[in-house]
Amino acid sequence: MLTIINTRENGCHILALEGEVDASNSVMIDEAIQKLIGDGSKSIVVDGQKLEYISSAGLGVFMSYLEDFEEKNVDFKIFGLSEGVLEVFKILGLHQLMNIYPTKEAAFNS
Amino acid sequence: MEHRITIYCQTTALSELREFLRNTLTMPILSESQKLQITLAVEEVCANLIIHSHQCNAADHIDLEIKESDNKLIFEIKDQGTAFNLLDYEVPNLIKVKGEKRKGGLGIILVKKIMDEIEFESSKGTNTCRLIKWIHS
Repeated sequence: MLTIINTRENGCHILALEGEVDASNSVMIDEAIQKLIGDGSKSIVVDGQKLEYISSAGLGVFMSYLEDFEEKNVDFKIFGLSEGVLEVFKILGLHQLMNIYPTKEAAFNS
Repeated sequence: MEHRITIYCQTTALSELREFLRNTLTMPILSESQKLQITLAVEEVCANLIIHSHQCNAADHIDLEIKESDNKLIFEIKDQGTAFNLLDYEVPNLIKVKGEKRKGGLGIILVKKIMDEIEFESSKGTNTCRLIKWIHS
């Protein structure tokens, strides 16, 4: 079960992910990011504090937009990942391709 | 120890698979992070079979059996779909995946990095993928 809460703060679009992301629901993240890009967002921040699990289906969605973020000058950040979830990003080396921060404060002050 | 589950070939069955793994992987020797990674690797193989070998046909099924022996956890995944030998699958370069804006291709990398041994065999219409994780006391 995945819930995505979309909020706006200081010009940033925050996508808070709650629950588990797998091949059955990763399309929800895909659609949420696609909409923000379509709406011209220049700052997308993923709040992972309540993200309990993510499989390659969800990670693949983030990966598939990295080029678009660069091309369209979108500042993309992730914060608040649990130790276990962060470890999965690290296994793939995604922490070297994405801006990942431990806390919201660190993400917003970077 | 021996545990089994049969799941039907639809992506909504993946949460059922995770719950089964959560209830089975209770050995104190495994850290929470290891449990999550093992769950992920098993799910990635099953998701791959569900989507690519069975085209999400809910009439098809996958059998998973977990055995513990000689400091090894063995996850035996059987199906009767189009054989997919992940040992033959060339792991894509991450920069290439990014450049091509691809969503797929990461799952098999995870399986190969998380598991210590992978075996595959196909006989009389049944494919068996064995994922082996060494556990040390």
